[in-house]
Amino acid sequence: MIPAVVVLAAIAAVAGALLGYAAVRFRVEGDPVVDQIESLLPQTQCGQCGYPGCRPYAEAIARGEADINRCVPGGEHTIRALADLLGREPKPLDPEVGEEKAPAVAVIDEELCIGCTKCIQACPVDAIVGAAKQMHTVIAEECTGCELCVPVCPVDCIHMEPVPVDLETWRWPYPGAAEAHA
Amino acid sequence: MREFPVATSPHLPPRASVPALMYRVLAALAPGAALATWQFGWGVPLQLALACLLAVAAEAAMLALRRRPVGRALADGSVLVTAALLALALPPYAPWWLTAVAVLAAVVLAKHLYGGLGYNPFNPAMVGYVVVLVAFPRELGHWPAPAALAAGPDLATALSVVFGGSPLPDALTAATPLDHVRTGLSMNRTLAELRADPVMGRIAGTGWEWVALGYLAGGLWLVWKRVADWRIPLGFAAGLALPALLAWGVDPDAYPSPLFHLLSGGAMLGAFFIATDPVTASTTPRGRLLFGAGAGLVTFLVRGFGGYPDGVAFGVLLMNMAAPTLDQLTRPRVFGERR
Amino acid sequence: MSARIHPFHGGLVLDGRKALSTRTPPAPVPLPERLVVPLHQHIGAAAEPVVEPGQRVLKGEPIARAAGYVSAAVHAPASGTVVAVEAHPVPHPSGLSAPCVVIEPDGEERWHEGCRGTADWQALAPEALRARVRAAGIVGMGGAGFPTHVKLNPGPGRAIHTLVVNGAECEPYITCDDMLMRTRPQAVLEGARIMQRILGARRVLVGIEEDKPEALAALREAAGGAPDLEVRAVPVRYPSGGERQLIHLLTGLEVPSEGLPADIGVVCQNVGTAAAVRDAVVEGKPLVSRIVTVTGGGVAGPRNLEVPVGTPFSHVIAHAGGYTDEAARLIVGGPMMGFAVRSDAVPVTKTVNCLLVAAREEVEPARDPRPCVRCGACAEVCPARLLPQQLYWYARAKDFDRVQDYKLFDCIECGCCALVCPSQLPLVDYYRYAKSEIWALERERERAERARRRHEAHVARLERERAEREARSRARRRRATDREARQAAVAEALERARARRTVQAEGGHAEGDGAEDA
Repeated sequence: MIPAVVVLAAIAAVAGALLGYAAVRFRVEGDPVVDQIESLLPQTQCGQCGYPGCRPYAEAIARGEADINRCVPGGEHTIRALADLLGREPKPLDPEVGEEKAPAVAVIDEELCIGCTKCIQACPVDAIVGAAKQMHTVIAEECTGCELCVPVCPVDCIHMEPVPVDLETWRWPYPGAAEAHA
Repeated sequence: MREFPVATSPHLPPRASVPALMYRVLAALAPGAALATWQFGWGVPLQLALACLLAVAAEAAMLALRRRPVGRALADGSVLVTAALLALALPPYAPWWLTAVAVLAAVVLAKHLYGGLGYNPFNPAMVGYVVVLVAFPRELGHWPAPAALAAGPDLATALSVVFGGSPLPDALTAATPLDHVRTGLSMNRTLAELRADPVMGRIAGTGWEWVALGYLAGGLWLVWKRVADWRIPLGFAAGLALPALLAWGVDPDAYPSPLFHLLSGGAMLGAFFIATDPVTASTTPRGRLLFGAGAGLVTFLVRGFGGYPDGVAFGVLLMNMAAPTLDQLTRPRVFGERR
Repeated sequence: MSARIHPFHGGLVLDGRKALSTRTPPAPVPLPERLVVPLHQHIGAAAEPVVEPGQRVLKGEPIARAAGYVSAAVHAPASGTVVAVEAHPVPHPSGLSAPCVVIEPDGEERWHEGCRGTADWQALAPEALRARVRAAGIVGMGGAGFPTHVKLNPGPGRAIHTLVVNGAECEPYITCDDMLMRTRPQAVLEGARIMQRILGARRVLVGIEEDKPEALAALREAAGGAPDLEVRAVPVRYPSGGERQLIHLLTGLEVPSEGLPADIGVVCQNVGTAAAVRDAVVEGKPLVSRIVTVTGGGVAGPRNLEVPVGTPFSHVIAHAGGYTDEAARLIVGGPMMGFAVRSDAVPVTKTVNCLLVAAREEVEPARDPRPCVRCGACAEVCPARLLPQQLYWYARAKDFDRVQDYKLFDCIECGCCALVCPSQLPLVDYYRYAKSEIWALERERERAERARRRHEAHVARLERERAEREARSRARRRRATDREARQAAVAEALERARARRTVQAEGGHAEGDGAEDA
């Protein structure tokens, strides 16, 4: 009995020491998982996940604080990609953060704009141009559709418009569910 | 201006359908089944009818349970193929409950619990067969004598044997050629002596060789019609006959000839109808050759060295397991990919 | 490199139904009331309009210029007045609208004076010839619509030895290339010679399916036994007219997976493109019309027609006898790779080679999909030697990495797999879906990357601004302290001076010291 306990304890100690040594010896500098996670996020910087941007959300996922189903603009595909990367089961988008919707860009009603620059400050990607007391406008090409500029406008002159589908961005639909086996 | 309904290409009407494939397989089984009826009597059509009825009922029940459209899936005919193969593999005078167990194992366990047609990794008929082979080996050994050796039972006797629980009269039973060789060799008789026995026939057993030729004919028609890929039966024949040739060349008194192997037991039925089930076989060209060869080789090994007289079912099931790996390893070179 | 034919894997022998539309030579269609000329008729960027509503244009006058290198100019198909530059439905599987120039023809058919050609093209440098092809807005007329000048410029390091001219026309029903070869063999060959000169190719190989004996004879006669130009018959087997398949048939060479024919020293051009190149160089005519096959059990008088670009389908079909009662589906292209359109109001473009008005029995019964039984019939007919069934599983599961491992992008969407599938699965629909999703993801990744960089720049800017603000306030504070210090020093000096003056007043000659101190 005693020898068995001693032997097992010894094995445990050696294995523990080995693991500890390995943890120090093969320590990975930086945190590539965060980079990998971030590279899968849509970079909308919308904060709908509850974190102030894509990078902070990636860090929270890496720390295990946040679940992988909180990215609204990324939607199903991003959840799948994250599940794939992290070896977890994909799950539906967390209803708490919102619903998946068609991509949209912000449009400023230039008649109403008073040039307060509040939206310029809110835009995470500097996609709104204009100066104080002058009308502002959105660079549609660069707008990520994060909607952060919408609530800050004191005169409610910003609204979201769905991105129109053209011949370049049109996609073939998923083939019909006519198959016998679902 | 005029409007039209749209659809996607290709627009030409489809050239094939699953039901058409299945009914061709059934048609191709007809000559073998007819010859088996001629040799073994009423038991063969009785088992076919029983297995088909049970299988259709089981399939309908499973489809209903799984909330799938019953009529449409039944119409594909796949369950009839499974039932027919099972009925032809089982002894013609097996009791009804044995057939029932085999059919239920095939349809419920091997087919629908895996997701139904197209999703089952193992050949359903062979799963059903092996379940009863392992559970009831004695009943599986009870084969009737072929017509040339004893006149088969009349319909009433056949019915009472299959459904009434009465045993097949001893005068009407006989060892199968594979069984005969097996027990003969274990009693230290040589093959030369065994061949003189009446059950052994000209090549591979009185009566049995005719049935095998019937399956061969139907199988060749399937290959010609491109319903079955020629690579699987060819691989099977090679995998069975080449090692048999080698062993026979070394000691013809202890090892039966390749031709005996090919025409006895379930070899022809297995090579052309069972191993060729596309759902459970390998899908790549080279994979199919290897798949057939593997099934043939296992059959040879089980017959020569294993605990059962025949090994087709084991060969097919083992290769079913290997099929995904074979597919992975034998991926063809894509056009323009470096050689 | 022998005259032998090198068969490709798979493919299908289909019922060609070509005799329907080859009874009469291509006849010109009268001008419609309005021409709707799309600005995006090719692969690459849409052309940019250079005309305005109300403007008069002459036939062949540029109405839109190429937007970048991979793009193609668009010219007025008839003289008349531009009445609008606006979005109209275009022939595309999406059924979407896209910008078009709408012209009301005046019927005078006066050519633009910029359209001048030269019969003596051999005197022109390859670059000059290529520039003419580009200016004429020529794109691949076999259906893909890749700008021809780009294909004729394989770039340095890719020496082209063979020009393959594609006259295979393997799709059922389509006969526009056949009729072109029968009626204008010299033009096809002269265009081929011009492209040969541009490419510096050693030889020209023309491939034509055996079921076109008239075209073969016409081209062979026109070729007149030149040593470096060969007209070869290829077996009737769809898709022999696929670029990769035809190159393999004629040369035995395989275009690398995910590569281009130019990688193996070959360029392939359609016979219609060759004739268009000839017309552009010799006659100075830009690409403003083309031969269109109008056929199928749904039209009363199937035939080939010479159609100005921008002519609505309905107008073309009316000149082929109009619809029959059987008309069930309107297909642009052939029955294997063509796409169906909802409305016949869309216009003919440079790439519309066939309007197939299919009768009910030609395209039905509809597919009745069942689960895949892994029969492998699809792999047997796949000319790219893919495993269509694996592609199907992965595309269906939206596993876009695995589907690319199985070489989705080598799929030419020929449709053979779907035609032979006993489960009648819409296999090609899955491949198209997966391809367009992967492209969309690629675009999204690029957008995300740009957004990430801009966000980083935004954060850096905020940081910089904050730092600058802080620096300024620090500086202000420092300046404030400095001032106090200086004031203090001055006060001190004054104090000392006063003290000294007091001392001087008391003990004499301290003035110099005082000055020094100050």
